[in-house]
Amino acid sequence: MSVGTAEKPKIKKEAEPLLSKRRKKFVTDPLNDDNPITVQVLGICSALAVTTQLEPTLVMSIAVIFVIVFSNLIISLIRNLVPTRVRIIVQLAVIATLVTLVNEVLKAYYYDMYKLLSVFVGLIITNCIIMGRLEAFALGNKPYDSLLDGMGSGLGYAWIILTVAFFRELLGSGSIFGFKVFEAIGLEVQNNGLMVAPVGAFIILGLIIWVQRTKTGYVEH
Amino acid sequence: MQQSNIYIIVFSAITTIIIGGLLALASGLLGPTQKKAIEVDTKQQILGAVMEVEEGADILELYTKHISSFVVNYDGEKVEPQDKNGNTVTAERVNIEKEFDKDPEDRYYPVFVFQQDGSDEPDAYILPVYGNGLWDNIWGFIALQTDLETIKGARFAHAGETPGLGARITEIEVQNRFKGKKIYNELGDLVSVSMMKGENNPQDRLDDHHVDGMSGATITANGVTEMLENYFSHYNAFIEKQKNQEISSL
Repeated sequence: MSVGTAEKPKIKKEAEPLLSKRRKKFVTDPLNDDNPITVQVLGICSALAVTTQLEPTLVMSIAVIFVIVFSNLIISLIRNLVPTRVRIIVQLAVIATLVTLVNEVLKAYYYDMYKLLSVFVGLIITNCIIMGRLEAFALGNKPYDSLLDGMGSGLGYAWIILTVAFFRELLGSGSIFGFKVFEAIGLEVQNNGLMVAPVGAFIILGLIIWVQRTKTGYVEH
Repeated sequence: MQQSNIYIIVFSAITTIIIGGLLALASGLLGPTQKKAIEVDTKQQILGAVMEVEEGADILELYTKHISSFVVNYDGEKVEPQDKNGNTVTAERVNIEKEFDKDPEDRYYPVFVFQQDGSDEPDAYILPVYGNGLWDNIWGFIALQTDLETIKGARFAHAGETPGLGARITEIEVQNRFKGKKIYNELGDLVSVSMMKGENNPQDRLDDHHVDGMSGATITANGVTEMLENYFSHYNAFIEKQKNQEISSL
């Protein structure tokens, strides 16, 4: 997947191709310019909690992408049926259902991960990224666009927490996906306990935001 | 129309039915697989208390090869409890959590015996323990050497302890602190093993009956201490009996 920033102006056509420029932007924008974690600063909680190791982080990423894509799709499909006064409850119900499904599947087929992640998977329900996308996008856009939008936000979330987890596991435990890297190449590197603590995630996240904003020139007003 | 109360009520009802049905279906479909996953996990913990279980190993096969089990009552006598259909409840099927709610005298106590490859002689006795942590229940399996005094290994699990604090009882490093500790003193009295307050206690305070605690998780550590004390005293009759047997068989 290309992570390039699409900065071409919007072009509207009658019959839009499946991956038009406008639609590509739905996916590519949240990866960098409008990243849910580093720019919108949402979903920080889980970014701190699950990122000590890469494997649970990957599972968590997949879970979030699944939930956000399908909740976006479902809400968009029923957007004209949902009464405005109960829309938040309906959104929550859809998210909670999908999250419960993910949790049950993990419990059945990936029990070790379930024990480790169950609490945090449950907390996906309150992940502001997902509620935010439903409220801001899916309620007012067509299903396919919403699906792409969900994909974009999910991937934007995923690559940030995976990057954080990569550095935390490497520096904190000296391994990548449980493979002891430093031992394998014969280097004696002391593990950094700070990286295992949540503080480590703050530091890495701060550095990522710094690098990113230097490149994009984004300033908060 | 869409904003009328009737519409909202009908819409909510239909949504609830669809979602409820979907979740019930998922739970029904995944139930058996989940049960099996839990069984494998429990057996892995039992084995984990005495041996290193390699990742990807066939837990169920290892279990049948190495573990035999029976159930004892509070007086240390072997019993064969029956469920309401008249089937014998094996040690694996005794629900420790449910037993925990009964009076200690009325509970059934499973005992898992570990044998080395190809040997019929017991190598370790593994006893399940159950208790209260800070937020929710904690439980585990304690393996005793054949002298029935020295701890060979321990595995703990929890339902909702704080990650990074109380949840550290699941860490191998914490569990290994129990290795080699003794639950009886020189006089033969049951003293159990206590987890101390605070971490990195001086070595001279970590005698045969004390293990280093977990910083920031004193209540969970106290829960572990209490759990061990309770269950060793419940198993005391069995342990005494077994000891006498070992001596007389020599």
